[in-house]
Amino acid sequence: MSLLNILNISGSALSAQSQRLSVVASNMANADSTTGPDGQTYKAKQVEFMATPMGSATDVGVQVSRVIEDNSPPKLEYSPGHPQADANGFVAKPNVDVAEEMVNMLSASRSYQANVDIVNSTKTMLQKTLTIGQ
Amino acid sequence: MVQKLDESFGFYENALSLLSQRQQVLASNVANADTPNYKARDMNFAQALQAAQSTAAPPGIVQMATTHANHLSAAYSSLPGQSANFVKLRKPTQNNLDGNTVDMDVERNAFAENALQYETAVSLVSGSFNNLKTILQQG
Repeated sequence: MSLLNILNISGSALSAQSQRLSVVASNMANADSTTGPDGQTYKAKQVEFMATPMGSATDVGVQVSRVIEDNSPPKLEYSPGHPQADANGFVAKPNVDVAEEMVNMLSASRSYQANVDIVNSTKTMLQKTLTIGQ
Repeated sequence: MVQKLDESFGFYENALSLLSQRQQVLASNVANADTPNYKARDMNFAQALQAAQSTAAPPGIVQMATTHANHLSAAYSSLPGQSANFVKLRKPTQNNLDGNTVDMDVERNAFAENALQYETAVSLVSGSFNNLKTILQQG
């Protein structure tokens, strides 16, 4: 039924925004990580959203197509005594921009709220529809 | 008798179905508010409802001919495939770097308005049913 499909569309948006938020959380948590499982400095990650048709041509949901690593050069900090310092005394710090991550977090939480509102409105409409004839 | 029921409730059936389809288009817009290069769309509800109410069928659809007084006639409903013709791109209000044209305020406004229209239609059709029930019970 048409209205029930809206729950799928908004559900896909909720899941995509929460994945985006978890990537933001990973970036913020690792803003100072100079090493990792592969021995390299942490690289900031971003999600890529893709519109996916759900059912008919007019119903378009969203999903995370892939998680991209930011390949811009790491920030170099001069710290000769650091265990990860290279020959010149520079330590490679992650290329995470904390201000940008905060903006991403705000945008993700606003979109999440908007989609939750849509789910609630649709539920009300469906319940109202069930009262026809009573 | 069945045809009379069809006539009185056919309008509401079309209206509710089209309103719920428009709701889906608006929900898709909100879900894709952050997707790059996604273009916001909307459905022209007034035109779609007029098209659904007209009984002309496009060529290729077989209309059931009634040759006897007892034959039931089904009014052609143009809904399932045709309403997609009335879904058009919305005019963008602001330029966006990533090509997305969804304006959250416009979409949420349209969604709220559509939900109100839907609930109004549900109330009206419910009232019609209750009238019919009253007539039947007190006859």
